[in-house]
Amino acid sequence: METPLTAKIRPDGEMIDLAAYERAGGYQAARQAMQMAPADIVEVVKKSGLRGRGGAGFPTGQKWSFVPSGPDSARPKYLVANGDEMEPGTFKDRVLLEGDPHELVEGMIISARAIGAERGYVFLRGEYTDAGERIERALHEAKSEGYLGQNIFGSGADFDLRLHMSGGRYMCGEETGLLNALEGKRANPRAKPPFPQVSGLFGKPTIVQNIETLCNIPHIVEKGPEWFQKLSLTGDAGTKLYGASGKVKKPGCWELPMGTTMRELLEKHAGGMQDGVQFRGALPGGASTDFLTADHLDVPMDFTAVAKAGSRLGTGTMIVLDDKTCPVGMVWNLEHFFAQESCGWCTPCWSGLHWAEEILAAIEAGRGSTEHLARLDHICKMIAPGNTFCALAPGAAEPLQSALKYFPEDFERHIREKRCPWRDGR
Amino acid sequence: MIRIFVDGKPYDIDPKKNLLDACLGHGLDLPYFCWHPALGSVGACRQCAVKIFRDEKDTRGRIMMACMTAPAPNMIVSIADPEVRDFRAGIVEGLMMSHPHDCPVCDEGGQCHLQDMTVMTGHNYRRYDFPKRTFRNQDLGPLLNHEMNRCIQCYRCTRFYTEYAGGKDFSVSKLRNLVYFGRIEDGAFESEFSGNLDEVCPTGVFTDKTAKQHYTRKWDLTFAPSVCPHCALGCNISPGERYGTLRRVVNRYNGEINGYFLCDRGRFGYEHVNSGRRIPAPRARKDSQTAEISKTEALDRFSTLAAAGKLIGVGSPRASLESNFALRALVGPENFYAGVSDAEHKLLGEMLAILREGPAPASLREIELADAALVLGEDVTNVAPRLALTLRQSVRQLLFDNAEKIGVPLWQDHAIRELAQKDHGPLFIASPYSTKLDDVATETRRAAPDDIARLGFAVAHILDPAAPDVPGLADDVRAQAERIAQTLKASARPAIVSGVSTLNVAVVRAAADVARALAMAGKQVSFALAMEESNSLGLAMLDPKPLGQAFAAASRGEAQAIVVLENDLYRRAPAAAVDAFLGSARVVVLDSLESPTVQKAELVLPSTPFSEADGTLVSSEGRAQRFFRVYPPAGEIQDAWHWLRDVLGLLARPEGLSWSKLDDVVEGIARAVPALARIRDAAPGAGFRIAGAKIPRAPHRFSGRTSMLAQIAVSEPKPPEDPDSPLSFTMEGAPVEPPASLLPFFWTGGWNSIQSVNKFQEEIAGPLRGGDAGVKLIEPAAAPPSYRNSVPAAFTPRQGEWLLVSRHHIFGSEELSAQSPAIAQLSPQPYVALGAEDAAALGAASGASVEVKLEAAAARLPLRIEPGLPRGVAALPAGFGPLAGIPLPLWGRIELTR
Repeated sequence: METPLTAKIRPDGEMIDLAAYERAGGYQAARQAMQMAPADIVEVVKKSGLRGRGGAGFPTGQKWSFVPSGPDSARPKYLVANGDEMEPGTFKDRVLLEGDPHELVEGMIISARAIGAERGYVFLRGEYTDAGERIERALHEAKSEGYLGQNIFGSGADFDLRLHMSGGRYMCGEETGLLNALEGKRANPRAKPPFPQVSGLFGKPTIVQNIETLCNIPHIVEKGPEWFQKLSLTGDAGTKLYGASGKVKKPGCWELPMGTTMRELLEKHAGGMQDGVQFRGALPGGASTDFLTADHLDVPMDFTAVAKAGSRLGTGTMIVLDDKTCPVGMVWNLEHFFAQESCGWCTPCWSGLHWAEEILAAIEAGRGSTEHLARLDHICKMIAPGNTFCALAPGAAEPLQSALKYFPEDFERHIREKRCPWRDGR
Repeated sequence: MIRIFVDGKPYDIDPKKNLLDACLGHGLDLPYFCWHPALGSVGACRQCAVKIFRDEKDTRGRIMMACMTAPAPNMIVSIADPEVRDFRAGIVEGLMMSHPHDCPVCDEGGQCHLQDMTVMTGHNYRRYDFPKRTFRNQDLGPLLNHEMNRCIQCYRCTRFYTEYAGGKDFSVSKLRNLVYFGRIEDGAFESEFSGNLDEVCPTGVFTDKTAKQHYTRKWDLTFAPSVCPHCALGCNISPGERYGTLRRVVNRYNGEINGYFLCDRGRFGYEHVNSGRRIPAPRARKDSQTAEISKTEALDRFSTLAAAGKLIGVGSPRASLESNFALRALVGPENFYAGVSDAEHKLLGEMLAILREGPAPASLREIELADAALVLGEDVTNVAPRLALTLRQSVRQLLFDNAEKIGVPLWQDHAIRELAQKDHGPLFIASPYSTKLDDVATETRRAAPDDIARLGFAVAHILDPAAPDVPGLADDVRAQAERIAQTLKASARPAIVSGVSTLNVAVVRAAADVARALAMAGKQVSFALAMEESNSLGLAMLDPKPLGQAFAAASRGEAQAIVVLENDLYRRAPAAAVDAFLGSARVVVLDSLESPTVQKAELVLPSTPFSEADGTLVSSEGRAQRFFRVYPPAGEIQDAWHWLRDVLGLLARPEGLSWSKLDDVVEGIARAVPALARIRDAAPGAGFRIAGAKIPRAPHRFSGRTSMLAQIAVSEPKPPEDPDSPLSFTMEGAPVEPPASLLPFFWTGGWNSIQSVNKFQEEIAGPLRGGDAGVKLIEPAAAPPSYRNSVPAAFTPRQGEWLLVSRHHIFGSEELSAQSPAIAQLSPQPYVALGAEDAAALGAASGASVEVKLEAAAARLPLRIEPGLPRGVAALPAGFGPLAGIPLPLWGRIELTR
């Protein structure tokens, strides 16, 4: 089984430096890409079937093809790596950022070449200080070798790449909120269209891409689209960094073929549930995805199959709910997070999430009513996709609406018994 | 035009508008909050949701925000669809979650967009059963009250204040349902347009603090169509009255002038009307005693004086055409003098000549569309404030072109701003001192007035070599002139703005030459000259003689009496000269407020402030506009032209006998002054009726009419009559929409707030139905204008002397608003300003006491250091301070006080 993304990561937890990275074949893809026409790189990525690993799964090559090219197109163009990994339960980009920062740098060099970007930013979650230091080091090393800066690899092209540590809000991870934050403004989302590919950072054409997505690029360029597609067990190409947290024996993050089932993740890689607890369900791809239950354990974890099962692959890092943990409390905790992180721009989000948080707190504290359950249903409808300005609130609705669907008895019991059965002991 | 279908009915709409705009434009009721016709769409509140159906077969449809949706041909839209109606009710429910529901004690109540929209969506019961969020409010100065607990997070305030008006001291902070709109710390707003927050805010977060002192609900106010008396732009206002006091002023939309916004001087300057300094009754001085006298006695004395010999009449740039003309009729045109300084008189005469020859004056709407602008020697924000807000929008025009290129519609406000970033279209500003528009200027130049004129002439010469060349121009100035000229040449619709600030004829001529050169090059030029007072241009059009000649005539003992109309001459000339003038004959003053000039009068006749008067004003755009009294004046106070008419009557002069109402005076003016003939059409005459009825000044919900004065007499008094206008003083009258010039207020079924203006426009943000108010008196001239050689010599600083120029202040420089308490609080203290280098050379630090010595007077003033003020130039505040009456520019000495 090939693990191209994580193969170079050292077992001792230290970062792989430039020399070691190059010894292991690093920057060959970048050299190769510099000899390619930008349109050819876009074509290769398109053919590979790579879909964005940030959660939405948009085809990467297609996104790049929307960037206006030609001598009359606006300049400079920007490439932004979205390293604001703030999705609860998600820690997969961190593995790449801390373990192999040069892979990201190389991926960005190639991507910048493809879209004609002269400037790039790594927008990093503020708490990822270790990753920040390592990226700085990688940038410094790459610059000293002439891989970044002016006339990189003698190609005549410039690529200036910098690190920006986020001030720390979930909204900064939303593509357009990130752009506002990077410009020094409030991280409110922007209306689309115009898409960032046309008017993005500082009003210029911009591609924002997840870390894991960018880390795939050198391998695709080096080994080709067919190779990439074959890595997968299903129709969605590549490997995927999967993760599991919750009361499993071995929480962690693993690079596995795209389409690995939830069962395999849970039983084989995470070592199964801890002794004395049973699996009740899981959020398959971070906090903003719908619960799946034991009935779905054999669903292959790729974009298509998880969507068919009623959830989203999201970040591919699942949070497991067990039978000794209160689902209402868990959802309350999540909605507290989402309500707190609402930027306050659109009404259904700031009002709906706050209300949902209050209701869940009340139910958990034994002050809930059946009327409250009707309100939660209503709030989920109000914050459905298309009703809100960005995807934050529809994402927040996913664990809530699916918990109401799969665990109604737990909510009703809280209301009936006027207490949390878990919190107060059964 | 494309056709769309809304709930099955076809509508033809402009595809460049968003769907919400299109629906509202057709009179459909679709609730909204964050969208504003002047601020565009941002999609925040999600209130204007509609259903869009793919085709006839699509039965489910998709919920979309109308304000963020570009209409497409044959689009199938539903507002009434039950699912989207529920959604909109859910949005209001969310917005109202923490709203205090304090309508009974909220100043916005009864004129609240949030109330209107809540009722429109049908939400009426709060299901949210948790604690509401609360905020600490801020003291935002004397103009606005802050009550953040009412906030619904629509972001209109910060979008207006920071994005539209360029304010820097107000912002949005915090997140989620706790978003806070305010300043970093308590304190008065820095923007001159803050008052618009009162109308921009859809609820009661920002409310008029001056109105709070004497609060009355909208439905209990009596309004009138009026025109702002505080500068020459002629912004349309709706003042409201109850119990004989003026309670507030709100914007009265005029698509050609003020649009949706007023400046703070215009909105809050009204309180002089309620001042304790009002002159309540006629009074006369006998020996050294002053006593109130009856109207009959006053007229008797006045007519006796008038019959006894020659009268000198001093007109006023803040009095109506009618009052000025009545004075002219009384004293004779040969004895009618301008009530402004001779320097301003000369300049106004020059301006009038320029505007008549062309370029003709442009409206604010035209200037807003300019794609490049040059401001020559004018501090627009402080002299004609609303124009500054317009110029701030015109610098966005080029960005609109860029947005259109990438397919962003012009209504998508934030997308355009994100694309543009800090870019803006060309704006060049030349001024002796910094101006509030400098932050959006491409280039600025600080120079003495003559050097500003030279820069302008140089630009004109580059544009058209037939224009006079400027000898001895410094290289950097020539280079800058070249850049300005090339930029203007590259534009399609340049705007050229100058005005009275520097009181320099050459500056205005230079601006005119630039405009002429651009017109010759085929450009569509917008030209504007800022003037100071509400009827500066109207007075000039009555062709008065200069005040200095009145002083000379009086000193020769030619006059039996001097009649001063609504004017404090101590603001127009040095005190000694005014003392001598007023001491040379018997003095009659007609005015509404006490002033040093009133103190000198033997006979004082109380006239009406704008809110109690009818009349016609000519704006700096040459637009004649009629304003109407909001309520009848108390006691024996009457319009100045009424007093003068009465005297003419006693003298058996034909005017006195034939002028029974305003229309008669208007007709008299139109016949006597051909240039003013069109003022007849400024508004329908007093005989105008709709279905036989007058137009009500009071809203249909006006309460207490029959009992308001019950403490005096229980029987209801007869409502006052208004022979001068087609408006009634009560709520009775035609229930339909009058012409724009007679619209007292905006209000329509279900739309109680000022946002109801939507319902009165031909299209959203377009003209009011039937055309915006006012008639243009100055049309573009047919013959091409000529250049005159009037290039001044370069400014040379003098040893030990400074050229003192006046610097206008929006708060403080204008006579009437400065007597309104809220404005007075914001007025700076008197000062003299020097550039940093000159201050250093003088050895004076900021705040040091210095002696300013002019030929006519001297005064001790604190020093203000104004970086950038050119060497050899000093600035004094216009209109206040110990040297206020001395017309500048003048040379004077400045010495450090020992």
